[in-house]
Amino acid sequence: MSVAVAEVVEKKSEPLFSKKNRKLISNPLDIDNPITVQVLGICSALAVTTQMKPALVMAIALTVVTASSNVIISFMRNTIPSRIRIIVQLAVVATWVILVDQLLKAYVYDVWKQLSVFVGLIITNCIVMGRLEAFAMGNKPGPSLLDGIGNGMGYGLILLIVGFFRELLGGGAIFGFKVFEAMGLHYKGNGLMLLPAGACVIVGLVIWVQRSINGHRETH
Amino acid sequence: MENLVSIGVRSIFVDNMIFAYFLGMCSYLAVSKKVKTAFGLGLAVVFVLGVTIPINWLIQNYILNQGALSWVSADFASIDLSFLQFIVFIAVIAAMVQLTEMAVEKFSPALYGSLGIFLPLIAVNCAILGGSLFMVGRPYNLGEATVYGLGSGIGWLLAIVALAGVREKMKYSNVPGPLRGLGITFILVGLMSLGFLSFLGFAI
Repeated sequence: MSVAVAEVVEKKSEPLFSKKNRKLISNPLDIDNPITVQVLGICSALAVTTQMKPALVMAIALTVVTASSNVIISFMRNTIPSRIRIIVQLAVVATWVILVDQLLKAYVYDVWKQLSVFVGLIITNCIVMGRLEAFAMGNKPGPSLLDGIGNGMGYGLILLIVGFFRELLGGGAIFGFKVFEAMGLHYKGNGLMLLPAGACVIVGLVIWVQRSINGHRETH
Repeated sequence: MENLVSIGVRSIFVDNMIFAYFLGMCSYLAVSKKVKTAFGLGLAVVFVLGVTIPINWLIQNYILNQGALSWVSADFASIDLSFLQFIVFIAVIAAMVQLTEMAVEKFSPALYGSLGIFLPLIAVNCAILGGSLFMVGRPYNLGEATVYGLGSGIGWLLAIVALAGVREKMKYSNVPGPLRGLGITFILVGLMSLGFLSFLGFAI
């Protein structure tokens, strides 16, 4: 995990959508993707992607939590004693997660049921903690907000890709719409795709394709 | 007794934290390069799960559930604090991890030396919080919850040591460049998870 050192963005005032700030959003989508490059937040990425709808809801929930806790921690960054910062961060994140959890329960109850414990597990999702440690503790609220949104979107992108293949191949549907039946074909779902094993293999293949394109290599 | 054995076996093999629920994947992937360190982290997880799940069981059943506070006074019978679940559980976990760290440092410096850096990591391991949240959703009593906690921990230990063993041998194989590292590890985990499917329906 690459959480150790805080990257410090320049302190001078600059317009919100300068080139550097746009990078904060676009980098996590590809070369600095939280899942496939930083190896953060894998658990929920695999667990909620059997269908696209819960994957989308989860991605939105995580983006909200990451962005808002990033902003709050960034405002508090100079007053948090470093010895107890983990507890402070967890308290802030847990508060946001409780809010999101209650909102989901109130408005999209069926999806909330499907996500079960994984909404609560956003608290320990390494993306949130990782970005707080690596970015919000050393940067102003503005860039921190963008960083949170960017990483949430990078996470959502992988979730939707994995969810697309799992739902299409496993259930023959996209967002619950039966694709193959609409084309008049008979498709019997591939149960492997709905199992944990299928998810792992698909993530592995996504990483393979992505690294073939952007040239990122690991020695071992 | 029979029931306890059954819960233990189920939580180790069938409902394995990694292969069935993907909990604790981040540290699972990050720390599984060597068998020795993997074993150390696994032991720490077993311990913390075995301690926090019973404590959280007590908190859930005597404080948070609706009507659970009636042992204090009959006036509290209608109070439902379960929305505080997340924040209370994570506080308990963080506190327990801190306590464990201090206790290990005091009583066994050698173990602390080998385990030290992993202990703080465990507070944000989703397997720990996930274990507590699953425990709430199931009708366990205190003894069963403890066995469930230990069993889940042992299952996690088993999974990380197995993966580390495979990854140590992977050094000698010629994996395509872009797949090397994280990519092939995911595919390995997928195959191991397929293997663990053979335990499905296994019960004592």
